[in-house]
Amino acid sequence: MKLYEYKAYEQSEMLKKGEISARELTESYFERIDEVESKVDAYITLNRENALLSADDVDKKRASGEALDKLAGIPIGIKDNISTDGIKTTCASKMLENYEPVFNATVVNKLKSKGAVITGKLNMDEFAMGSSTENSYFKKTKNPFDLDCVPGGSSGGSAAAVAACEASLALGSDTGGSIRQPASLCGVVGLKPTYGSVSRYGLVAFASSLDQIGPFGRCVKDVALLQDAIAGHDKMDATSVKMDHASTFDSLTGDVSGLRIGIPKEYFGSGVNDDVKASVMQSVEELVKKGAVIKEISLPSTDYALSAYYIIACAEASSNLARFDGVKYGYRCDKPKSLIDMYERTRSEGFGREVKRRIILGTFVLSSGYYDAYYKKAKLLQLRIKDEFNRAFEGVDVIATPTSPFEAFKIGEKVGDPLSMYSADICTVTVNIAGLPAVSVPCGYSKNGLPYGMQLIGRHFDEKTILNAAYAHEMCFGVFKAPKL
Amino acid sequence: MIKGYEVVIGLEVHAELNTKTKIYCSCKNSFGLEVNTQVCPICLGMPGTLPTLNESVVDYAIKMGHALNCGINRICKQDRKNYFYPDLPKSYQISQADIPLCHDGYLDVLVNGDTKRIGIERIHIEEDAGKLLHSDKFDGSLVDFNRCGVPLIEIVSRPDMRSSEEAKAYLETIKSILKYIDISDCKMQEGSIRCDVNVSVHKPGEPFGTRCEMKNVNSFSAAVRGIDYEANRQIELLESGGTVVQETRRWDDAKGESISMRSKEDAQDYRYFPEPDLLTIVVPEEKVKMLKDTLPELPNAKIMRYVSDYSLSQTDAAMIVDVPEKSKFFDDCISAGCTAPKLLSNWILGEISKFMNEGVSIEQTSLTASMLAKLVNYISSGKISTAAGKTVFDAIINENADDIDKVIEEKSLAQISDISMLEELAKEVLAANEKSVQDYKNGKTNALGYLVGQCMKASKGKANPGAMKEIVLKYLA
Repeated sequence: MKLYEYKAYEQSEMLKKGEISARELTESYFERIDEVESKVDAYITLNRENALLSADDVDKKRASGEALDKLAGIPIGIKDNISTDGIKTTCASKMLENYEPVFNATVVNKLKSKGAVITGKLNMDEFAMGSSTENSYFKKTKNPFDLDCVPGGSSGGSAAAVAACEASLALGSDTGGSIRQPASLCGVVGLKPTYGSVSRYGLVAFASSLDQIGPFGRCVKDVALLQDAIAGHDKMDATSVKMDHASTFDSLTGDVSGLRIGIPKEYFGSGVNDDVKASVMQSVEELVKKGAVIKEISLPSTDYALSAYYIIACAEASSNLARFDGVKYGYRCDKPKSLIDMYERTRSEGFGREVKRRIILGTFVLSSGYYDAYYKKAKLLQLRIKDEFNRAFEGVDVIATPTSPFEAFKIGEKVGDPLSMYSADICTVTVNIAGLPAVSVPCGYSKNGLPYGMQLIGRHFDEKTILNAAYAHEMCFGVFKAPKL
Repeated sequence: MIKGYEVVIGLEVHAELNTKTKIYCSCKNSFGLEVNTQVCPICLGMPGTLPTLNESVVDYAIKMGHALNCGINRICKQDRKNYFYPDLPKSYQISQADIPLCHDGYLDVLVNGDTKRIGIERIHIEEDAGKLLHSDKFDGSLVDFNRCGVPLIEIVSRPDMRSSEEAKAYLETIKSILKYIDISDCKMQEGSIRCDVNVSVHKPGEPFGTRCEMKNVNSFSAAVRGIDYEANRQIELLESGGTVVQETRRWDDAKGESISMRSKEDAQDYRYFPEPDLLTIVVPEEKVKMLKDTLPELPNAKIMRYVSDYSLSQTDAAMIVDVPEKSKFFDDCISAGCTAPKLLSNWILGEISKFMNEGVSIEQTSLTASMLAKLVNYISSGKISTAAGKTVFDAIINENADDIDKVIEEKSLAQISDISMLEELAKEVLAANEKSVQDYKNGKTNALGYLVGQCMKASKGKANPGAMKEIVLKYLA
């Protein structure tokens, strides 16, 4: 077994015992990258030299007897919308093709201070807008389970890199399903933490009130390990919550006796593939065998969630992306004739179609005369959806749903049909609207061998319970097996 | 009233707050430093950065709210105002839209001795933008981002002013309050106070006319000129059968005219929406109260008090109150027992202003309030002459003398008010100046001044001039 095939928590143990060095582990990942990256196209930027330097640094510290964090020496890939000081952060956009931040995102500082090794920056849909990673300006990432298929999105590079063992762990961001959906399509575990539990400082904003950074891993323990490292209050992010985050890693027992699992009928409707529904229900039945209890619940506003989501997300995006105007950094059109000409051509040429579509939508819904009909209504729906979840959680501890309504689709299949692409998010957007935590775990395979994912939604700041349920499921279902590449 | 029209004026005043740091980052809030040095990723709006609110901005704004008798929205939010301009790095300004921090207050201002109450609609907090610079050497605009994120309050009045004079009094009162509660440096030339002017005209008894907003008004005198120009423009337009259209105009103070910038139809849609990166502002009730309790006596109230309690003229009172240090010293002298407030005000506006104008503060000298109170009382009671008072004052300021009585004694400055001594003196002087005495008796009344002067000279200036004159007159009768 190659070093890169071990789970991160196993590698951590091996490093701690001195069985392997951080340099060996890092080199192993870069060898793997050299071997498969040309097929997968998960990375936009590789950080090879610096990664090896930080690995050596960890080895030196360990040799001198310094007590190190569990993540010390673990190679981690970072989605390319999370700022890295001195390493290009492109958001997969022509607009930021050559943009190098002068500061680290808080999560990156946290990882670096723990000795984690940054392998590079991972591909994504431009500015995290999309569900297939096909909206990247640079390249199309392939699904390691079928190179003709998309890895999902927008954190497709993160999911594919972890699935293809091109990184031990990865960070992504999730605004409407952008961690969970690609995790599901690539057969790995992805957690969207509670809004406010992980600092957003340094995450290039798409929709500020919905965005959340979260971890990818090849097993639940790995995801818990990374979540523990990035969670916590940050005074640089006013929306991050001041509270103690108990270790989720240490609380993984697999004991689900008495756990009440809610099954919301709205998530098992006609838009969801029957095989997906069946494999989710089968996984839930396995948990029942281990002592969990099933409860049917209803979340009636779910049908409106997708509309509300696209209104809120696009409204915020239209404002957040206004700063890319050609004045200060990033792309500027050639030889502008006037200020207006510079704005118009810079933004027309620098942004891709999907980004422009959402900016226009968002500008429209915030316009005077339309604000009340769209944005205000969507915010009211948000309150109702939150309320429905809160009431549901009075009777259940976890809500189980499919993550994606279908398995990975062919590259190019949905490119011309934005509405069909948006429907990939029907099971995931409500979680962002309500600010809840949710994890996606692999729960089955299609007849073509493509993974399905189950989504487990929890109460605010109760990552512990959903990760433990996911862990119990993983014990029945079996852990990740890397696809042949 | 001009040609039968009443002018209606409303003002929006933007004041930069003098907090130590900017509103949403920890950059220093300072003026006049090298371009683009007082900046960080946050105030430059770099991708991924987030604002965090400097809470002292809220405190400062609440103080102003109290000073203008406003209600305080203890729970309020911040909103994004979206528009593109190169000096606005995020392409939106964080401001407050529908729920301002302070609302519905008023301000009493003195106009020609009368009190006029002007309504305050709202005060909200927001961030300032940068500045565009132009250079002959560069074909285009350059941006200085130092000012980005400097905290501002916007004070919006109701359309309660009826002349440029009232507007000027309002602006000056706002400025002096900002200085008194020490929340703004109020340096017009540095742009720390700016205002937008709304003007309409109508015939009394008829509804308000259509208003025009004038931007780029950079001084109070420019506001006066702009208002007068705009009122006349609208009146002439109406008189010649035209109509006023709602528009935004730009005041060109050098040319003395306003130019149309954009009509109502072209008005920008700012697409305000709640700022998702910041939490709701919640100010505890106790804090709102505490900020009210720490408010000092306000300058407009002070002027009114000086006029009514001490019979100072409004002009003198305003001049003392205009400089908080002078006003504090005036109050301290009164507390120290000064019984001649009018004479005291002359000293403060005369001798003390003289050295303060040279950049010396009262604190830097050895003059204390109790010393000046005593000195003024001595002069007022006739114990020493005004001239002797100046000598003592100079000794305090220039020689750091700290005991007035000692200076008077050492320099033998005490006035002679002893009648018998003065009578003795008069007899001698009159005897030695028989010709002048004769001249006086022959009707040359100005001989009196000469004789009194000779007496004063003989006393080496120490005779009480009033008493001396009476005695000379008595002997000449």
